[in-house]
Amino acid sequence: MKYKLFVVFSFLLLIRVSVFSQEHHAKTDTVASHSHETMQGHEGHDHGTDAQHTEAGHHGDTYEKFDPASTAIHHISDANVYSIMDKIRIPLPMILYAKDKGLDMFMSSKFHIGAHEDGHTAYNGYVMQHGSVHRVLDPSFPAQGEVNLGEHPFTLKTEEVNGKKTDVKYLTYQGKEYRLDARSTLDGGILGGGITSFYDFSVTKNVLSMILVSLFLLWAFRKAAKAYEAQPGKAPTGLQGVLEPIFLFIRDEVAIPFIGKDKYMKFLPLLMSIFFFILGLNLFGQIPFLGSTNVTGNLTVTMILAVIVFLVVNFNGKRDYWQHIFWMPNVPVFVKPLLAVVEIMSLFIKPLTLMLRLAGNISAGHIAILSFIGLIFIFGKSGASIGGGAIGTAMAVPLTLFMMAIELIVAFVQAFVFTILTASYIGAAIEEHHHADHAEGSHH
Amino acid sequence: MISLVTFTPFQPTPGLAIWSLLIFLLFWYLMAKFAFKPIAQALVKRENDIQDAIDQAKKAREEMANMKAENEKLLAQAREERAKILQEAKDIKNQMIGEAKDKAKEEASKIVSNAMNDIENQKKAAIAEVKNELGNIALSIAEKVIKKELKGNAEQESFVNTLVKDVNLN
Repeated sequence: MKYKLFVVFSFLLLIRVSVFSQEHHAKTDTVASHSHETMQGHEGHDHGTDAQHTEAGHHGDTYEKFDPASTAIHHISDANVYSIMDKIRIPLPMILYAKDKGLDMFMSSKFHIGAHEDGHTAYNGYVMQHGSVHRVLDPSFPAQGEVNLGEHPFTLKTEEVNGKKTDVKYLTYQGKEYRLDARSTLDGGILGGGITSFYDFSVTKNVLSMILVSLFLLWAFRKAAKAYEAQPGKAPTGLQGVLEPIFLFIRDEVAIPFIGKDKYMKFLPLLMSIFFFILGLNLFGQIPFLGSTNVTGNLTVTMILAVIVFLVVNFNGKRDYWQHIFWMPNVPVFVKPLLAVVEIMSLFIKPLTLMLRLAGNISAGHIAILSFIGLIFIFGKSGASIGGGAIGTAMAVPLTLFMMAIELIVAFVQAFVFTILTASYIGAAIEEHHHADHAEGSHH
Repeated sequence: MISLVTFTPFQPTPGLAIWSLLIFLLFWYLMAKFAFKPIAQALVKRENDIQDAIDQAKKAREEMANMKAENEKLLAQAREERAKILQEAKDIKNQMIGEAKDKAKEEASKIVSNAMNDIENQKKAAIAEVKNELGNIALSIAEKVIKKELKGNAEQESFVNTLVKDVNLN
């Protein structure tokens, strides 16, 4: 039985590897011509600044140098197209808002996204470059309707803005270079996002994945809940029997020990939602052939979860909790302000670690798997060497198999860790020390 | 190294932020209302039911044990009672037998003494009768004798009676 399972799993993995390689072949081909046409214009510029640069580097070589880092990043990034095995490409709705322009809503198919997530057409003044939307601010560029951009219109330059080197993307259209406005981000330029003139509220691949996973979980749990109503007091069966042990585990090992038997009911839905939301998305991202979305590895998603946890914890904070933050009891007075500073910092560090841990772990898993598959291209010199490719495959398959097994554990562990930490933060915030204890403590 | 920071999954984007916030809040609300709360309540109810059932079974078992002990006690008591009753019966029997024996003995001795008395009386009567008869016989003999000689004399008759009375058989 075990042997059979292993064979089936390896087979699935092999298919996945082959699909990935096909997909990549198509890309490297286009990149080859791409580099010749577009990179000549800025020979003098720094070549190493962007991942896409190195990928399209060496002109004279007989094969395109494979860059595993940029490939991995491309595969774990959000996208405006839901692509299944690179064969089925489902366009997603774009919702763009600019103060001076108003709201624009259209399907991403308007961009005619091709290889490398670059759009072949501009629509209403927006273009798709490397998987993200940019706006052409120049008034001479047509602000309405479809504009055919031709083959490989995008170039990358490094400019010095306020003494800092930044990558600036340019669009070449009808012989004129247009500067692209930075992509829509919330970091205000801190993480290299830059300030931009529009907001991107598009339903992306990650959003669609979240909706699909949420609907699936809703369906599954509703079915289980109905089963409890239909046969009260009976032993669980079917789906109910699968979900119940996990539910009970979270309740008995996470909610009750940290929050307490009399108060856990209030926070149980949040803990369960966090656990199953994260677990569902972690596992969804690991299904081969289904887009391998990296939702819980996306810092924005984990940030939102962490913010919700932060708000729930602090809105439920009792007197004792705030007292321990601002004026720690039972310590010398001169230590109190010092501790207050540390405690206030930890107030924000806690959700920050929640956010970084989950995103880091899940992205790292995806990157590791993609890197191992990338071995095939490194050894095979992107298809130039069949023997090398065979050796790469022989190495990649067991390594990826191992990594996928590890990732399966990580999916559960990270969901569990996020939930248990949330429970412990809530538990610490709502804990009320009995005055009798304090009185007793002062006697000692 | 700038490219490492500009990894798109690590740049917070407003669209994804708003969508994930909306989706998660909706997910939280719907799951709480339609799934987690009913399931949690059903589980608590089932646990309580199971606990109740266990408690009841325990109680029933205890009751059974109590009843058994009581039964045994009753049985022991009954056994004791029986033994006691038997003992009493035996005692009564023995007593009755003793009494009967005593009574019989008494009766027998009474009968014997009565018989003795009767015999004595009868003897006495018989002796008296014999004396009378003897007197009469003697008188008749004497009468016959005297008739021949005296021909009836009252003084002689009383003289003879006196003589007869003086005769003591003992």
